[in-house]
Amino acid sequence: MENLIALLVAAPLLGAVVLLCGGRRLDAVGHWIGTALAACSFVIGVVLFVDMLGKDAEHRALMQHLFSWIPVEGFQADVAFQLDQLSMTFVLLISGVGSLIHVYSIGYMEHDERRRRFFGYLNLFLAAMLMLVLADNYLLLYVGWEGVGLASYLLIGFWQHKPSAATAAKKAFLVNRVGDMGLSIAIMLMFTTFGTFAFGPVLEATGETSEGKLTAIALMLLLAACGKSAQVPLQSWLGDAMEGPTPVSALIHAATMVTAGVYLIVRSGEIFNAAPDAQLVVTVVGAVTLLFGAIVGCAKDDIKKALAGSTMSQIGYMILAAGLGPIGYVFAIMHLVTHGFFKAGLFLGAGSVMHGMNDEVDMRKYGGLRTYMPVTFVTFGLGYLAIIGFPGLSGFFSKDKIIEAAFAKGGTEGWILGGVALLGAAITAYYMTRVMLMTFFGEKRWQPDENGNEPHPHESPRSMTIPMIVLAFGSVFAGGIFAIGDRFLHWLEPVTEHAHGHPPVSALTVTLATMVVLVIGAGTAYVQYGRRPMPVVAPRGSLLTRAARRDLLQDDFNHVVLVRGGEHLTRSLVYVDHTLVDGVVNGTAASMGGLSGRLRKLQNGYARSYAVSMFGGVAILIAATLLMRAV
Amino acid sequence: MNPVNYLYLAALLFTIGATGVLIRRNAIVVFMCVELMLNACNLAFVTFSRMHGNLDGQVIAFFTMVVAAAEVVVGLAIIVSLFRSRHSASVDDASLMKL
Repeated sequence: MENLIALLVAAPLLGAVVLLCGGRRLDAVGHWIGTALAACSFVIGVVLFVDMLGKDAEHRALMQHLFSWIPVEGFQADVAFQLDQLSMTFVLLISGVGSLIHVYSIGYMEHDERRRRFFGYLNLFLAAMLMLVLADNYLLLYVGWEGVGLASYLLIGFWQHKPSAATAAKKAFLVNRVGDMGLSIAIMLMFTTFGTFAFGPVLEATGETSEGKLTAIALMLLLAACGKSAQVPLQSWLGDAMEGPTPVSALIHAATMVTAGVYLIVRSGEIFNAAPDAQLVVTVVGAVTLLFGAIVGCAKDDIKKALAGSTMSQIGYMILAAGLGPIGYVFAIMHLVTHGFFKAGLFLGAGSVMHGMNDEVDMRKYGGLRTYMPVTFVTFGLGYLAIIGFPGLSGFFSKDKIIEAAFAKGGTEGWILGGVALLGAAITAYYMTRVMLMTFFGEKRWQPDENGNEPHPHESPRSMTIPMIVLAFGSVFAGGIFAIGDRFLHWLEPVTEHAHGHPPVSALTVTLATMVVLVIGAGTAYVQYGRRPMPVVAPRGSLLTRAARRDLLQDDFNHVVLVRGGEHLTRSLVYVDHTLVDGVVNGTAASMGGLSGRLRKLQNGYARSYAVSMFGGVAILIAATLLMRAV
Repeated sequence: MNPVNYLYLAALLFTIGATGVLIRRNAIVVFMCVELMLNACNLAFVTFSRMHGNLDGQVIAFFTMVVAAAEVVVGLAIIVSLFRSRHSASVDDASLMKL
């Protein structure tokens, strides 16, 4: 069975190579090849999953050693895969949602002449992401990590003729590099500390290592996670990443790639467990981001950007849970999977709406679409109910557990984190209700554009609606299947460990509180947006609204602090270089020139003056010799 | 007679030769002064040979004479050809080797 693991990565990788090198003759069938190979990966994943279920919990992990990559004395880097329950969860999520989005893209990208290339990039992404979650050491994980960064860059900038898309791709790449630096430093630290970077030995050796070193490694890992998962302070790229085609936003920037940071933290759980200070930082980052993303999501009129804010916020929940340690790991992953379903579904719904509305993204120009797009409405609506945590749907189970675990952290921290998580739930209900009302309810608000083309909203083709329906099923049932009878907990427990938290209030109280804030949030949105007509031009809004529309000034902050700061730094470095370094070099050269200019006057061509200098020199030498003797 | 006196003589001759090399302009005279210096050295060698009671200094003196003879051959040839081209035997006239 373990021989199949490499095929999981190989199938989409083959697709990427064939599609990207195959040239135009594959244009007609490229999308079928890409989809088939993604589905192939999913089928292999299911086979391995069924096989894994047949074994008892302790013996489920499979290893496959492919080849020795860099064998050097004392430095062993192997290409080896490890498939345990955690990886398996990710494999199914990535290849499953990935395959659905491949199917969706067949319809969505139908009129794009570079569709073959698009599928090549999608396959490349799948291969890299699968490598990331299957690697059995940090170095191979880093390969996958960079691979998804590359695929993300290529796909955000897929429509590179639009300057905004090209800029967004560059921005995402650069911001991600900051996080990647964190991961590479963490790997170097691991190597100097443990002498290896395979998961097993590193995580076992955490007990014998000083807490300071572990904290340093953990903080660097957190920096990496912040970059990839768009957490404060490296969050600014995610909103702009929505410039990519919508299936990309659904697959990469909502369901899978941005969860890589959560995977990294949960995978490195032992390191974080042994570094409580770093764990505290993780929870703070998660809590700040979940509010940050939620507030941004409230103010955006662009449907994809509102959903991007929501993604940031939901991943904040996962990071928060992952920072709670063993009481939170399982719930972080559980929320990750359910979020993968409903957020991918929501994005695909948004793509379907845009497809029917001539690529209009401004929600103020939608309105009343429920009658025009019934399937999109129902699937989007189910995703909406799932994300706000409507009782019985996926989000309800997973988010509730995270809020409970946050309270169970204990002490003042527990109350603060739990309170933030509850507040986040209220804001989530608010902004998602807003999106729902602006898009599907109320009067129709679209107008003919300047060319006189009036959009004719219509339901999308079946290749697009079927993935949405499948994801809607996941959004409805996944949480229940996972949570009832603690199935998911028992499944992951052997890998991530689990400790039952004891919240200061009963679980029922937490659930009731969640319900109350949900009703408050959704009710506020209904009063604000459902009961009165929606202005087509956005009102000026309060100071906070205007700040949130500008992503809470994240770009301004980066510009003032980092860009300007960097410019000042480089300018002063240039000044130092010109005056000090060049001064020393040029000064040496000039003084040598001046000296030799004077010395060359001695060469006057008169043999007798040379003779004088020779005699003088000999006289000095003799005098010196005599003097030395005398002394 | 005290052999040190010969050394004084050698030093005197050497000084005269050196002064001649430095202050005289005529190449032939300069040349003769060089010969004077060489012979002053020879005298010193021979004196030392006598003082130390071995023959090393005398052997060196013979070598010096041979080298001086060879040098005279080459040097005079140069001076003659210099005179032919410039109609002057002044060393200061041959001052082209400068920047």
